[in-house]
Amino acid sequence: MNIVVLVKQVPDTSAERRLNPADNTLDRASVDAVINEIDEFAIEEGLRLKEAHGGEVTILTVGPERATESIRKALSMGADKAVHVSDPAIHGSDAIQTAKIIAKALGTLEYDVVIAGSEATDTRVSVVPALIAEALSVPQLSHARKVTIEGSTLTIERLSESGYDVVQAPLPAVISVVEKINEPRYPSFKGIMAAKSKPVQTLTVADLGLGADEVGLANATTQVVSFEVAPSRQKGEIVKDEGDGGVKIADFLASRKLI
Amino acid sequence: MAEVLILVDAADGAVRKSTLELLTAARSIGEPGAVVIGKPGTAAAVKGTLAEYGAAKVYVAESDEFDDFLVAPKAEVLASVVAQASPAAVLVSSTPEHKEVAARLAFKIGSGVLTDAVTVNPDASVVQSIFGGAVTVQSKVSKGIPVITVRANSVAPSPAPGAGEEVAVPVEMSEAAKAAKVVDRVVEAKGSRPALTDASVIVSGGRGVGGAENFKIIEALADSLGAAVGASRAATDAGWVPHKMQVGQTGVTVSPQLYIAVGISGAIQHRAGMQTSKTIVAINKDPEAPIFELADFGVVGDLFTVAPQLTEELTKRKG
Repeated sequence: MNIVVLVKQVPDTSAERRLNPADNTLDRASVDAVINEIDEFAIEEGLRLKEAHGGEVTILTVGPERATESIRKALSMGADKAVHVSDPAIHGSDAIQTAKIIAKALGTLEYDVVIAGSEATDTRVSVVPALIAEALSVPQLSHARKVTIEGSTLTIERLSESGYDVVQAPLPAVISVVEKINEPRYPSFKGIMAAKSKPVQTLTVADLGLGADEVGLANATTQVVSFEVAPSRQKGEIVKDEGDGGVKIADFLASRKLI
Repeated sequence: MAEVLILVDAADGAVRKSTLELLTAARSIGEPGAVVIGKPGTAAAVKGTLAEYGAAKVYVAESDEFDDFLVAPKAEVLASVVAQASPAAVLVSSTPEHKEVAARLAFKIGSGVLTDAVTVNPDASVVQSIFGGAVTVQSKVSKGIPVITVRANSVAPSPAPGAGEEVAVPVEMSEAAKAAKVVDRVVEAKGSRPALTDASVIVSGGRGVGGAENFKIIEALADSLGAAVGASRAATDAGWVPHKMQVGQTGVTVSPQLYIAVGISGAIQHRAGMQTSKTIVAINKDPEAPIFELADFGVVGDLFTVAPQLTEELTKRKG
């Protein structure tokens, strides 16, 4: 089975994240970059599917040169090889453009299952897996908390507000997985060493047959017009409980007409 | 006047509050047309409410088949209504499913999609709150008809009568859209509390709650306020409550009128999901807990005495 896992490099969520005032895009340079947390669950799920059904796990990343760090980490967890779409022309691409780039890159690969994390912690748009399914005209099985494959049928438990929906589709399909679907493994020392020699293919926009006018900030379908740092919340009244803490909260809620 | 389409979110014969918020937001851009996609009878049950909140037209796309599918067929049907109506914008709720419908719609019609808008302006540009509320951005769709998903509780719904003229929409689903099929829907929790995403009051418990059994303290407080129950990552990681209740960076993002954080320290992970709540109240035994930096009112104390006292007090005041 050919398994492709989509991995995004994002700014560390514990750092103070910023937009770049020059072009209102994400400032990736000023903070530490890490693998998108939920993508580690996607990688783990890919490795488990390989262990159960055989085949190969390929990591696919779209991102600047620096994203190789995240690719190496994914390879050190046990993925077999990687494709890195890297091109300055991609800078500033929005969700739809990114999905088109990923769909084109998938077109250069053999795939039965494409696995993504359900959202990236930087943009939190959470629709790229659905867009890739749309672009490729393959089934979309997103927000999975459980994935099983029997023969050529893929079944997931999709998280819903009241529980879960069991959704089924034939392969090939695009899956997105939620946090807690599994317990991602830590790279072993052996895995880290092996990752250094695993093949990483680098592709440009031209390699994918996309025109420079289809990607990047200037051609994006959405635009950030301006931004400002949100004023920090005014610190409110903090009291020590003297045996009447609950009553005091009720008084506060009443004063704000919240009860 | 330009038409603005909104996608109706209805369940059990009633529209969700987020749909009324969409109608209210749509009225600032143009004349709302409400699109009902669901099984037969859905529109008849909700048409009155849609008209009451300003729907000039109610597009009805009904088929028994919709229960068997999630996103893809709805995006196709919505695209056909867009082709018919040529609206100035399309507004959709920011639920996971409807965000995906919005994205696939935008792809089909060659537009851009903006997600999680907290304000929709009359020119269909939006305000978004990013990086867990730390940065506010003004954005716009620069190609095609703007497709916008609006975060729940961003707009106060207000009625304004509309004609509610019914327009039948032929339902056509491609084979590709029907490839992913819902074979079962499993309800895990009893549904007496409001859903986390559109609740106007949320009570959340964290590490300080100390165990699954103790969550009944949180639930009792929530029930005294008619609130939804949420949790921090520490509580879901520990397995005390299901992941779907997690508020924060990798869970649900909420923006209620009132958010009560009980036994939650307020790590950045959690703050990212609730920072834009209108009023925040915190109960924590650690006076240094970062949650107090956000709180409009905070009590430093033992949640096991403060929370039950608050529940009792609220019940008493309700009479």
